[in-house]
Amino acid sequence: MAPQAVERITGRGCVLRGDDIDTDRIIPARFLRCVTFDGLGEHAFEDDREQAKGNHPLDNEDMAGANILIVGENFGCGSSREHAPQSLLRFGFQAFVGLSFAEIFAGNCTALGLPCITLDKHDLAALMDSVELDPSQEIVIDFRSDQLTSRAGTVKAHQRPGPKKQLIEGSWDATAILIEAGQEIEATANQLPYVRNFQ
Amino acid sequence: MAPEHTRCAPERPSYSQAVSKSLFDKVWDTHSVRELPNGQTQLFIGLHLIHEVTSPQAFAMLRERGLEVRFPERTFATVDHIIPTQSQARPLADDLAESMMVALERNTQQRGIPLFDPESGDQGIVHVVGPELGLTQPGMTIACGDSHTSTHGAFGAVAFGIGTSQVRDILATQCLSLDRLKVRRIEVTGALRPGVYAKDVILSIIRRLGVKGGVGHAYEYAGDVVDAMSLEQRMTLCNMSIEGGARVGYVNPDEKTFEYLRGRRYAPQGDAFDRAVEWWRSMASDPDAAYADRITIDGNVIEPTVTWGINPGQNIGVNENIPLLSDVPDDERPGFAEALDHMQLRAGQAIVGTPINVAFIGSCTNGRLSDLREAAEVAKRGHVAANVKALVVPGSQDVARQAEAEGLDEIFRAAGFEWRKAGCSMCLAMNPDKLKGDELCASSSNRNFKGRQGSPMGRTLLMSPVMVAAAALDGKVVDAREYL
Ligand code: SF4
Repeated sequence: MAPQAVERITGRGCVLRGDDIDTDRIIPARFLRCVTFDGLGEHAFEDDREQAKGNHPLDNEDMAGANILIVGENFGCGSSREHAPQSLLRFGFQAFVGLSFAEIFAGNCTALGLPCITLDKHDLAALMDSVELDPSQEIVIDFRSDQLTSRAGTVKAHQRPGPKKQLIEGSWDATAILIEAGQEIEATANQLPYVRNFQ
Repeated sequence: MAPEHTRCAPERPSYSQAVSKSLFDKVWDTHSVRELPNGQTQLFIGLHLIHEVTSPQAFAMLRERGLEVRFPERTFATVDHIIPTQSQARPLADDLAESMMVALERNTQQRGIPLFDPESGDQGIVHVVGPELGLTQPGMTIACGDSHTSTHGAFGAVAFGIGTSQVRDILATQCLSLDRLKVRRIEVTGALRPGVYAKDVILSIIRRLGVKGGVGHAYEYAGDVVDAMSLEQRMTLCNMSIEGGARVGYVNPDEKTFEYLRGRRYAPQGDAFDRAVEWWRSMASDPDAAYADRITIDGNVIEPTVTWGINPGQNIGVNENIPLLSDVPDDERPGFAEALDHMQLRAGQAIVGTPINVAFIGSCTNGRLSDLREAAEVAKRGHVAANVKALVVPGSQDVARQAEAEGLDEIFRAAGFEWRKAGCSMCLAMNPDKLKGDELCASSSNRNFKGRQGSPMGRTLLMSPVMVAAAALDGKVVDAREYL
């Protein structure tokens, strides 16, 4: 699968309120007993959804088919499991918009070509309210101009420069880029005393 | 990149450094292969540890792309998350667990990677095994597909928790693409009072700085309290850096670090060990190194600490009361209510006296020999309460052997604890050890997230192993100092 450039995402939003939503909630650990990521989509937020008895945003019919997940602060904290973004990707999300993201989660997303966009607090609050009022509205995230447009207006969409560049250039698959260093890797390794067994 | 390597002469290198730097910066600079077009650094990873949960998909990606493992001698594997702690006989009773085990065996065999499986006698939780075999060393970069990789920072290594795509990156290139972190120095001053442990220190730090306070940072732990800690305690401290949002946590290496490593299987031996010590010393932070910021925590006032909520920052001293809504900042109020609702606790209530159903001593946070020794001191003084299920799970087969040689297993059994085989066990719900219904568990592990211990309604109180042992005996949360 060749990485694709991600310059712009258009679609509908799903609002998931709450801060510090951890990866154990996104994909409970029992679903990690697997050797492929296939089939993880249907288990996204399984326990939360079961407890909400049909009232979880992921089960809200008005938000069905949404491809942009709108979240609060420190989303994706906890375990490093890539199963978390993998399950959300397979559920149908192509981008996350929130106040902030946990570091490993954001890194895992970048490795999958999934943007993690942050908005200023009042912009995020307005977007959440607006999407809840009218879930059918179109949302546009433009990565080149760093803007997110919804019925709540056009606001600044922040993204870290590294991941942004990788997404718009389609260079988010790190393996290919790291391989390009060629023998420089061995050269760096051979300067490290422990690689030479302190000889 | 200067062609430094061409000057790498066989004679004894000199490790003196001109500019004052932190250990993090020294490690970063010596391991950096090049700056990448996206502004990140291509960083060489000296030690790669893998386990059964986050590696099979990475090996599958390698196969899809027809890539080889670039440095198979720098990757080591163990099995910990899915392994049952009662019978580890093959095939494992759970088909899914068995298939993960088989995948790990096949992948490591095909690629020439050593696997510490139960038959080897070296199996255990990846963050317990690396240090005890001497694989984890100062000045290294370490990565593992597990967020508690920060544990290895106790040795003065810079250790990153990564996702599966990055496991693939390392297998293929032995490198990661990373943003440089800022370094925050956290000095814990004074001395811990009796009955207060590294677990209480890190929970206090997280309470003070918050569960996201460390995002973008490496935490450098220092001060008299940290200097006085054993390597095992430093591992507990560094382990939970991630619960404070910091991906990396470390302690500068010192004499204790070197003594811990001396003679371990994968540590340098003989003269090479002396040369290693010289290099390890040179990698420690310079006294006048610059930091993004500095925080001081008074170690004298830290109390045995217990969580009451659903993130590790929601904690109090054992004799404190749960906060009142009026004590909580506005934007944390929805989370506060959700936490109390899940925990079936009330604002303002004392945590002491809260009845428990399960007691768990183990995990990469607190499943090492010193943890078990300390807990056994309490276990000696009573018997597990009638309605409590209590488990002791050594962090590795080596820990189990040493504990058994000291008779700790007998002490625990006599007191009514179950003595299990090495693994992650009830730290997370991937093996048969799980909470049921809304059971409340006093746990020496690291996460009290909803559902973490296997039941969506299950409840977790994080605390030190000594506090867990005392709670097991009393059947409720108690100040363990009553037993010491
Ligand atoms: S003991 Fe718990 S935190 Fe540690 S590696 Fe195992 S599951 Fe992860």
